[in-house]
Amino acid sequence: MSDLLRSSRRYRLWLVFLLCVQALAAPASAEGDEAFASALAGLGSSSRTRMIEAVEQLAALGDDRALPALEALADRRLRVGPDGALYSLTSLVGGGEVVKRIPSLEIVSEPPPGLRKAKVNNRVKRAARGAIARLQLRASDPAVRLAAATKMRTQPSVESAELIRAALAEETHANIAEALRVALAQLQLESESVELRLAAAETLGEFGDAGLAPQLRDRLQVDSEGHRPETDSQVVRALEASLAAIERRASFIEFGANLFYGTSLASILCLAALGLAITFGLMGVINMAHGEMVMLGAYATYVVQNLFLEYAPAHFDVYPLAAIPVAFMVVGAIGMAMERSVIRHLYGRPLETLLATWGISLLLIQSVRLIFGAQNVEVANPEWLSGGIEVAYGVVLPRSRIAIIAFAVIVVSTITFVLQRTSLGLRVRAVTQNRAMAGALGVSTHRVDMWTFGLGCAIAGLGGVALSQIGNVGPELGRGYIVDSFLVVVVGGVGKIVGTVWAAFGLGLLNKFLEPAVGAVFGKILVLVFIILFIQRRPQGLFAQRGRAAEA
Amino acid sequence: MNEIQLGRRPIQSRRQWIAFLVIFAVGAVGVPVLNLAVPEDSFFYVPNYIVPLVGKYLCFAMVALALDLIWGFAGILSLGHGVFFAAGGYAMGMHLMRVIGREGVYASDLPDFMVFLDWKELPWWWWGSEHFAFAAVAALAVPGLLAFAFGWFAFRSRISGVYFSIITQALTFAMMLLFFRNETGFGGNNGLTDFKRILGFSLQSETTRVGLFVASVTALSGAYLLCRWIVSSKLGRVLRAVRDAEQRALFSGYDTFYFKLFVWTVSGVLCGLAGALYVPQVGIINPGELQPANSIEMAIWVAVGGRGTLFGPLVGATLVNTAKSVLTVAAPDLWLYFLGALFVGVTLWLPAGLVGLRLPKAWRRKREPAPGGRE
Repeated sequence: MSDLLRSSRRYRLWLVFLLCVQALAAPASAEGDEAFASALAGLGSSSRTRMIEAVEQLAALGDDRALPALEALADRRLRVGPDGALYSLTSLVGGGEVVKRIPSLEIVSEPPPGLRKAKVNNRVKRAARGAIARLQLRASDPAVRLAAATKMRTQPSVESAELIRAALAEETHANIAEALRVALAQLQLESESVELRLAAAETLGEFGDAGLAPQLRDRLQVDSEGHRPETDSQVVRALEASLAAIERRASFIEFGANLFYGTSLASILCLAALGLAITFGLMGVINMAHGEMVMLGAYATYVVQNLFLEYAPAHFDVYPLAAIPVAFMVVGAIGMAMERSVIRHLYGRPLETLLATWGISLLLIQSVRLIFGAQNVEVANPEWLSGGIEVAYGVVLPRSRIAIIAFAVIVVSTITFVLQRTSLGLRVRAVTQNRAMAGALGVSTHRVDMWTFGLGCAIAGLGGVALSQIGNVGPELGRGYIVDSFLVVVVGGVGKIVGTVWAAFGLGLLNKFLEPAVGAVFGKILVLVFIILFIQRRPQGLFAQRGRAAEA
Repeated sequence: MNEIQLGRRPIQSRRQWIAFLVIFAVGAVGVPVLNLAVPEDSFFYVPNYIVPLVGKYLCFAMVALALDLIWGFAGILSLGHGVFFAAGGYAMGMHLMRVIGREGVYASDLPDFMVFLDWKELPWWWWGSEHFAFAAVAALAVPGLLAFAFGWFAFRSRISGVYFSIITQALTFAMMLLFFRNETGFGGNNGLTDFKRILGFSLQSETTRVGLFVASVTALSGAYLLCRWIVSSKLGRVLRAVRDAEQRALFSGYDTFYFKLFVWTVSGVLCGLAGALYVPQVGIINPGELQPANSIEMAIWVAVGGRGTLFGPLVGATLVNTAKSVLTVAAPDLWLYFLGALFVGVTLWLPAGLVGLRLPKAWRRKREPAPGGRE
């Protein structure tokens, strides 16, 4: 260990020298290019000593362009032409190979005859790997640097200590510097110097990533003879404190993640149940095909995506936005057709409605299966909905889920507005409260029924747009949501939008917080049992109808 | 309803008794003779594969009967009768699993799936399942108790109509999730299968199959008579009152809670019996029986045949399942269309079911709106 430190000190001196070289080289780029070209040419030499020299020169030059050549060298993919020109060989997944010229990386369709393999042994390979790590840690692209630093962090090796220290000295990017510091601390945790170990233990505690806990625990592990790897009592205390900090942070993150995923599940439930709250709550119609409306919304998104791919690939990113009105109108129209053809005849007979809509759901599923196939179809996320936002180290919130939460908020507020502030909403509420009286006052109750049912279905279609961005889209998509959505409506209290929102929120969070404790399936069963007991206590749901409407 | 008759009524008219006995004789004597005694090339020969197939339909018919008892007569639509069916089926399946003895793949005293899960001893809920009598009692008692407990809570808090239907859906959904787990100890995903014998008779032999068939015919006939007796008694009339106007029945001084609970539990027990007869004839029971969709399908058997008649559900269950057997083989893509159209068509145009079609017009007009259809 001590010679590692000594050599790292030596390395620092060397680094100063290197920086000077770089500083000199930078303004005179022509000279730098020349040096780069000659060093690169050295890789094709038949002498291994010359090759290693060339590798080290390339590393010292710090030019990213050397990376493909060095990678090819390390993977034994480097080829040398008869004229000494370099090529890299890449095998394709489906078979066959591509030859690229180095360093321009242009593909050579007719590789010159007489290509030979560069002479690589383990020494050359090691040198090349070291040079790659060095170059990556100093690459001009921060993303490459971060990737290299993270790799160092997750698989630290003793040789990399000096590299890390050198890179740390010139790193300006805070995230990368932190990753490097942690990697260094991980190495120093086993150094001989008590101070270094103490500092390392503290650094790791501050960083607090759960992935570090096993290493800390190893240092504290008491073996069968009563010894532990860490001997110094002060360091032991620091390690214990760091371990506690890491565990605290881990449980905090878990709580936050549960909260986030619970909210996102709640948003999905809310989008699925909101339409049901309208058709079931306001109209008293049990629509068992409601889940299929969600499914149709998702398929509408799929069709819109394909149209965009076909006719406007340049604007592909906006296709989910275009899918929203399409799904709303298509599914709404299907809902209205359903109301006109079947449900209209069954008002006041809820059990029959239930069976008839179940039949419609079977018809819809089978039709989708015949049109789009029984397999799941692929709905791709546009760029702005893929990936995630890193809110803390290792905590990534997927963008699609954030978007769904926002979308649910928008939809709920819009629907509340429509029901409370527009004339359609006024009519809907009037018909709900007293059909006969509303009719007597000139409201066309049949038309209001049709619009209300269409609206409920259309909202389910919007739920389908949202779902297509986070899960599989298949003919049975809706099946998974129907029981849940009914439960949300029942718990929330029939006919109350606000109840639906609260119930979705409560059930979503309950689900996600129970899941890690008892497993997904038992969590679900517990939720169902809870709901059955809840309905025992409050048969009218969270927000009971009051007054005359309750008797209807 | 039109039957405002006071005092005792016979449970069936003379003509109905004759029809009943003829049908019973055909099932219990005719089919076995035609299968076992008639030579195979004869026109009257009943092929071997038909026997367990029809036996299966008979079990489904019993489920339909049980469902009709509460839906058609008390107006309570259960969409979770698969739970009681599966409970009876699993009770019998556990017994059949145990009597394999050491003939399983792993040659162990434990059922194969337990060896596979590395369990060392039988969990307590499997105790006693090696005795047939115990299994037979459990196949009736477990669904009965389950129905009783569920009904107790549901009816006491006056859950009715669609709410009740949805909660029963949730019940069967929860049970399905539970039974899919290996930890539950019922074979998880694969369920219980590979049965060898029942009461010492090989399940593969023709005579055992005919025996099971006769047992199904007898059980179904018994269940039919029981239901007849219930609906023609005073109890049955109270149930119809609950269906048509529960508030009025309550105000007239009937505590509808006990009436509903009783008939609900009877229905659960009948379903359990059907499940127990179904499993040895089909040779497997798995959590698929608990799928919410299965329980909804049961409702269409009743609706197609005709609610509020006891004969209708038997016809409906047999017809729908025959159509299923034929269509899923001949045109698998069409089956869901057929089933979906059946749901829509029957509710729209055939509220009284197929049996209702035969009734004279004057009588039919009186029956509308469909029994059990109103809240």
